[in-house]
Amino acid sequence: MASFSLGRRRVLPGFAPTLGFTLFYLSLIVLVPLAAVFLKSSGHGFDAFWAAATSPRVMASYKLSFGASLLAALINLFFGLILAWCIVRYEFPGKKLVDALIDLPFALPTAVAGIALTALYAPNGWVGSFFAKYDIKIAFTPLGVLLALIFIGLPFIVRTVQPVLEDMETELEEAAASLGAQRWTTFRYVVLPTLLPALLTGFALAFARAVGEYGSVIFIAGNIPMVSEITPLMIIAKLEQYDYVGATAIAAVMLIVSFVLLLGINGLQAWSSRRGSKR
Amino acid sequence: MSAALHLAPARARAKYQDNPATRESPAVRFTLLALGLGFFAIFLVLPLVAVFTEALRKGWEVYFASLADEETFSAIKLTLIAAAIAVPLNLVFGLSASWLIAKHEFRGKQLLITLIDLPFSVSPVVAGLMYVLIFGAQGWFGPWLQEHDVKIIFAVPGIVLATVFVTFPFVARELIPLMQAQGRDEEEAATVLGASGWQTFRRVTLPNIKWGLLYGVILCNARAMGEFGAVSVVSGHIRGLTNTLPLHVEILYNEYQFAAAFAVASLLALLALVTLVIKQFIEWRASQSTAKEA
Repeated sequence: MASFSLGRRRVLPGFAPTLGFTLFYLSLIVLVPLAAVFLKSSGHGFDAFWAAATSPRVMASYKLSFGASLLAALINLFFGLILAWCIVRYEFPGKKLVDALIDLPFALPTAVAGIALTALYAPNGWVGSFFAKYDIKIAFTPLGVLLALIFIGLPFIVRTVQPVLEDMETELEEAAASLGAQRWTTFRYVVLPTLLPALLTGFALAFARAVGEYGSVIFIAGNIPMVSEITPLMIIAKLEQYDYVGATAIAAVMLIVSFVLLLGINGLQAWSSRRGSKR
Repeated sequence: MSAALHLAPARARAKYQDNPATRESPAVRFTLLALGLGFFAIFLVLPLVAVFTEALRKGWEVYFASLADEETFSAIKLTLIAAAIAVPLNLVFGLSASWLIAKHEFRGKQLLITLIDLPFSVSPVVAGLMYVLIFGAQGWFGPWLQEHDVKIIFAVPGIVLATVFVTFPFVARELIPLMQAQGRDEEEAATVLGASGWQTFRRVTLPNIKWGLLYGVILCNARAMGEFGAVSVVSGHIRGLTNTLPLHVEILYNEYQFAAAFAVASLLALLALVTLVIKQFIEWRASQSTAKEA
């Protein structure tokens, strides 16, 4: 890894052109358009911004988007850890296939996931008709939103935990066992603390993705005002009414949340790599 | 977003299950496997199966009829065009950014890496909105564009722009950690021996990163062809003109043409499966070449 540098002179060529192109392209595609959202949202005064960003229907959408995303990420945290554990530690038939298909939500277009989940959980669908017998509606309720967010979030947890679990040496667990610790005690006090940064990172990634998710949710949500409208849908709704002030205000709120989450995720990743290098 | 290339260790049984210190009781193992695989089956396998059964519910004839439709063809064409522009652009950017970040030292490097990641954490809907705010009728350049009769929003350029944004980090994200881990000794040796920058890149760097590069490209391509939210905002849903495949699925579905919607969706699901197969192949090849070196 270590490399010598000849004083302050750069040995490898290409610094200036790659720096120039990278910054130019980054600004053109990402930075300037993002700045547009903030400039536009501040252009109509704070009162107009605040009124648009906190209207009751929008507030209800925040509650649903953040609540369902949090719950979905928590559920994925639990099952994602179990799945990662099974894939790393156990042998079972079809393991390679399971390992490969974990990434399906990354690769499957969100609209496809959306209509497939709706077909399954609608009152006349395979799963939905079973629950309909007990008067439980899944599709077109907040429960449907939750299911879609679980689908898209699962790989984030598995794929952040799995490599850490694979790299984990068995010596620590052996030491714990030789000192007489039960398996659960070892897991609780030896394995879990090692996995903690990865679990938190995966959780934050799944949460961040879920908050902004659109395609897989809108089909199954039913989009009932005050009940099952997610925040990204509110932006679309405002745009369709040519309410640019409203759309931009909500977008600015979402962007601020994304930035805070991104900072948090970066901090977590720095923490877990420090943890990794100490051992 | 990107699960970096990782190489699974070979035998779980020998390593963990034959070792009393890392072994769970059969009851615990069985419970965990049942929970994990049950969750996997319900949440991942079932939706995938649903796409294909719904698509074929009315038989193969209806299936092929819905695919051999003029609007489906134009949607396929537009999806291919958007990917054919977005993927090479982001490939060049990924190579440039990773060469800059992995092979050079400069201030603000960490900030730059974070900024490159930004599009992953921006909601696709917000991504689409940004371009409406700049190029739309009420946007910064709206009046100027109208005067000169250039359409970006509700037209193909808007769709391409939105696709470029959402797939922006994919290649860079794969290459930066890979090239950082490889260091710069080999490139420095080549340069000292008199190779030009381009020769060094082509003969030394490229062979080292080819699998990671290919991996980034296929992920980038899958997202480019499947993007829905961002494209939906800028497209205007004009049939035959600004409909990509995912948007076409939505229109068919909202018109209650379920068999046709799922038939088109099954094409996209196949694309996803092919992507996963290629990904498996790349991981296998990459593990082969590491094994050879070791």
